[in-house]
Amino acid sequence: MHFKFWGVRGSIPAPGPQTVHYGGNTTCIEVRGDNNELLILDGGTGIFPLGQSLIPEFPLKLHIFITHTHWDHIQGLPMFLPIFIPGNEVTIHGAADPITQRDIGEVLARQMEYAYFPVREAELNASMRYLNIQEGQSVQVGGVNVRSMLLNHPVLNFGYRVECGGKVFVFTGDHEWPFNIYNEDDPDYADYQQMVDEQCSRVVEFFRDADVLVIDTAYTDAEYPSRKGWGHGTFGSSIEAAREAGVRRVFLTHHEPTRSDAALELAFDEARSSHDVGRERDPQFDLAREGVLIEI
Amino acid sequence: MAIDATEVPDLVERMPAFPQGVTKVLDLASRPDCAPKALVQVIEHDPVMTMKVLKLVNSAYFGLSRPINSINHGVVYVGINTIKNLALSIAAIGMLPKSNKAGLDMNQFLAHSLGVASVAKLLATHLGVPDKDATDFFVAGLLHDFGKVVLAQFKPEVFRLCLDQAAEQQRSLHEVELESQGISHDEIGGRLAEVWKLPPSLAHAIHHHHHPERGPEDDGEGMCEAVFAANQIVRSLGFGDAGNPVIAEFPPLVSERFGTDLSGLMSILGDLSGEMEKARLFTQL
Repeated sequence: MHFKFWGVRGSIPAPGPQTVHYGGNTTCIEVRGDNNELLILDGGTGIFPLGQSLIPEFPLKLHIFITHTHWDHIQGLPMFLPIFIPGNEVTIHGAADPITQRDIGEVLARQMEYAYFPVREAELNASMRYLNIQEGQSVQVGGVNVRSMLLNHPVLNFGYRVECGGKVFVFTGDHEWPFNIYNEDDPDYADYQQMVDEQCSRVVEFFRDADVLVIDTAYTDAEYPSRKGWGHGTFGSSIEAAREAGVRRVFLTHHEPTRSDAALELAFDEARSSHDVGRERDPQFDLAREGVLIEI
Repeated sequence: MAIDATEVPDLVERMPAFPQGVTKVLDLASRPDCAPKALVQVIEHDPVMTMKVLKLVNSAYFGLSRPINSINHGVVYVGINTIKNLALSIAAIGMLPKSNKAGLDMNQFLAHSLGVASVAKLLATHLGVPDKDATDFFVAGLLHDFGKVVLAQFKPEVFRLCLDQAAEQQRSLHEVELESQGISHDEIGGRLAEVWKLPPSLAHAIHHHHHPERGPEDDGEGMCEAVFAANQIVRSLGFGDAGNPVIAEFPPLVSERFGTDLSGLMSILGDLSGEMEKARLFTQL
């Protein structure tokens, strides 16, 4: 199995000389199984260059797993070339909208409505299929198995655990570690904390022994207090979780759009230092970088 | 006139919540600094919102590995923003009218439900139920008469006859309902809870709150008996009114569970005016 980052930026694309090293496209990861099965995690703007790169393989079958439907994870989908080409078979997996009861297909079709995009979903030439994902569900794509788990974000967000040939790749999508909504002196504090602890343990189990974990690390530990509840992790929370889960290699992603390459490396260096990264049995930590291909 | 239980879930989908809950949710959600715990507090004091949130988080949509009993539990799993937007979508349906053709005073009904919820939680603690599970008793108390809201909203004419008849003849409302409409509110609420895959102990407590002995033996640490007892206690206190004029004595199962009868249990609990006052606060707009 191998994977390639096509977009590592959070929130909004951030092109320009200041971000050229790590990249300005929003979230998109290409994952290939041992039999060259093609899985794409999220359709941020990074899916556009990915789509161009796939032309030599047409007609092709591919599966897109959407972690959640916030703009930065779906924005590139209408411009994803394979969906316009007859003979391609595209299956999109993702969460239905529990508030409006709309399936993932309906949610995504809305961004191709008249006011937003010139081509309607119904006019796509590829064979399109949409499947709602449920928590804990496993999807088999050739020899690749994808298991989902609900993670904490201000919309339903599925993390995906991708397994193939004994190797494990985990992507969180966007995830903030659950926190207690009560104050310590509130009567509900202790019970809530217990539920939070249980949920955190479940998430760590989901990461357990992964060969690669790609994890939302939007904020520095110092930035976090003013962004609590926004649905993202920190350098500190990602480092500690990866250690606890016994992960081998970690890529920190969802880089802040305002963070330049230099600022990103500085934040990473500070986090490594303050969390004493490099101790014995520590995972290998890296910043996710657009264009990088990793063999697992 | 018989009630078709199979149509009830669809009816409830479109049923609005209580004015108190709706007003507070709209107010809280309009504040950028809305504290999650304040939102949870509003939802968990509104039977309709609670029922609908539990319905969603226990639905196949989420496929969660274990049933979710409380709003807090739901927040931990699906996140506060999803719960908030769900509450807003319920609020957007409108508000339950304060009065209805059935003649059920919804403020009094809400007071009764909140009173039973509070006392059921106290009884959980009295029974030695761990704090984390005592909240489930509160939810069961809050939802025990949910079937009456359904009847008042969708079958007001026939429900009015039941309420009038129960009052005139000083008979238990659920017995009158069974005679005249073929199904009583406890069964309607229980069936809804079952159809919507709420935790089995909660569904049983709603379904059998007038006859705990008919529930399965393992009913969740005495939840059903606690709701039965709380129901009688709150009526004895004259707090709120949900249309049943009869205060029932404890059947053997309930007496055994608490080791005493209704008056004995009330003596043990002591002065409940503080609890009732707290409950009353949530009936105010």
